[in-house]
Amino acid sequence: MDLKDLYRDVILDHNKRPRNFGVLAPPAIGAKGHNPLCGDQLTVYVDLVDGVIRDVKFEGTGCAISVASASLMTEAVKGLDTAAFARLHARVHEVLTQHDAEVPADLGKLAALGGVREYPARVKCASLSWRTLESALAGAHNAVTTE
Amino acid sequence: MTSAPYDLTAVRADFPILARPIRGKPLVYLDNGASAQRPRAVIDAERRYAEESHANVHRGVHTLSQRATDAFEGARERVRRFLNARSTREIIFTRGTTESINLVAQSYARPRLGPGDEILVTHLEHHANIVPWQMVCAATGARLVPVPINDRGEVDPADVRARLNSRTRLLGIAHVSNALGTVLPVAEIIAIAHAAGVPVLVDGAQAVPHLRIDVQALDADFYVFSGHKLYGPDGIGVLYGREALFESMPPWQGGGDMILHVSFDGTTYNELPYKFEAGTPHMSGAVGLAAAIDYVEHIGLEKIGAWESTLLAYAHERLQAIEGLRVIGTAAHKAGLVSFVVDGVHPHDLGTILDEQGVAIRTGHHCAMPAIEFFKVPATARASFGLYTTLDDIDRLADAVVGARDLFR
Repeated sequence: MDLKDLYRDVILDHNKRPRNFGVLAPPAIGAKGHNPLCGDQLTVYVDLVDGVIRDVKFEGTGCAISVASASLMTEAVKGLDTAAFARLHARVHEVLTQHDAEVPADLGKLAALGGVREYPARVKCASLSWRTLESALAGAHNAVTTE
Repeated sequence: MTSAPYDLTAVRADFPILARPIRGKPLVYLDNGASAQRPRAVIDAERRYAEESHANVHRGVHTLSQRATDAFEGARERVRRFLNARSTREIIFTRGTTESINLVAQSYARPRLGPGDEILVTHLEHHANIVPWQMVCAATGARLVPVPINDRGEVDPADVRARLNSRTRLLGIAHVSNALGTVLPVAEIIAIAHAAGVPVLVDGAQAVPHLRIDVQALDADFYVFSGHKLYGPDGIGVLYGREALFESMPPWQGGGDMILHVSFDGTTYNELPYKFEAGTPHMSGAVGLAAAIDYVEHIGLEKIGAWESTLLAYAHERLQAIEGLRVIGTAAHKAGLVSFVVDGVHPHDLGTILDEQGVAIRTGHHCAMPAIEFFKVPATARASFGLYTTLDDIDRLADAVVGARDLFR
């Protein structure tokens, strides 16, 4: 196992310069996510118009994997409707957890998360933002926790 | 001191796991604060017990039951000598530090607490010395009051004195901080609490592997620790308590072994220490713990402590020379552990990157969230040393940290 497979350049870049980092004012919906094991805390804001994600931002603190995953997510989900987000979330989840699954070529930059599956302890880090956005879209205002 | 005051190579050979490569690299085990590794003497003692002496204790008239009882009670006597308790009636076997504190919280504190009463702890406690008290406070209307720490992670005994009052019923205090490494002046603090008529529970989980403990010299009312941090088995721990306090406490759990006579009209509880040991105890664990105590005392806790001081000084020197690294917890008196953060590298990433080099450290809040949040960081990396740690281990730690920092540049 090569560390550069986990910490690919795309991951390091999005950790250092997270995209769409910040706050969206109401009526955008916010949801909080928390990973108690490592202290990762982030809030995902989503501006949902007619069932379509018009804008999405996040803020908080976390490890490189959780920050990069959140940043990559915000780039990938703008313009998707909730059903398309759910499908993408399911595909990303598979990439993060299925040990021998082929990483689909059409995932684009999200394929960089493919190294995480070799590190089971880090799957929670990568999935936190996705689960938090899912919760925001569901209108659940309860905090998401990975425990 | 540039070499250990005992044969480090021979000692390392006693620990089978240290010879196992991790991710293809020689293991550098620096997570002793979470759990220490076991020498062959402990592994063999547990196996020998299972192969030669196992049956249930205090029950049968047959030979094996007697052998098991002798082994178990022999372990209790070994623990008594280790702590210098007056009597084996003061030594209760538990599952570990956490269970020991919960026993005191439920059996000692809860019946004595009422609305407006106070329990004191410090800001640097492990969650195991916070949450059990919060639970009894919630049940009784008492208040949990934290004693502050300073920016080096030290507790000033004067701050303890200032918070003692006529409503204070108990003080719970760590002997050594698991998150920061601070060694607290517990003897002085106990004297201050006693002057105010307040009994003290000392959480010794992080102290027993590093310091010689004498509960009579400390004048502790309760002293608790776990076997697995002392190179012994997991699932076994100790609650020391003053006999008069134990006598005044009701049993915590009910069941076999803790009774003299049971009828549906009423039950007579067994005498100490059995009153607090309901159910079949962890017999092989107690035997293993006794072997672990033999092992550390054979090397000598003073020698172990001296070597760990050398390791600590060297680790501070190597780590603090790394640009962007900040040590969290800089008390004047520390045990062998260093908590730190590195600019631009989250501790969790650091943990993964170091593991790739075969270096095992702990990352996170170390079950001491108030202590970590005091330093305004979400988490730290923690390297904690053991009696088998080498200067080369520290070099490999420092080199791996530099590698991680460079990866994230």
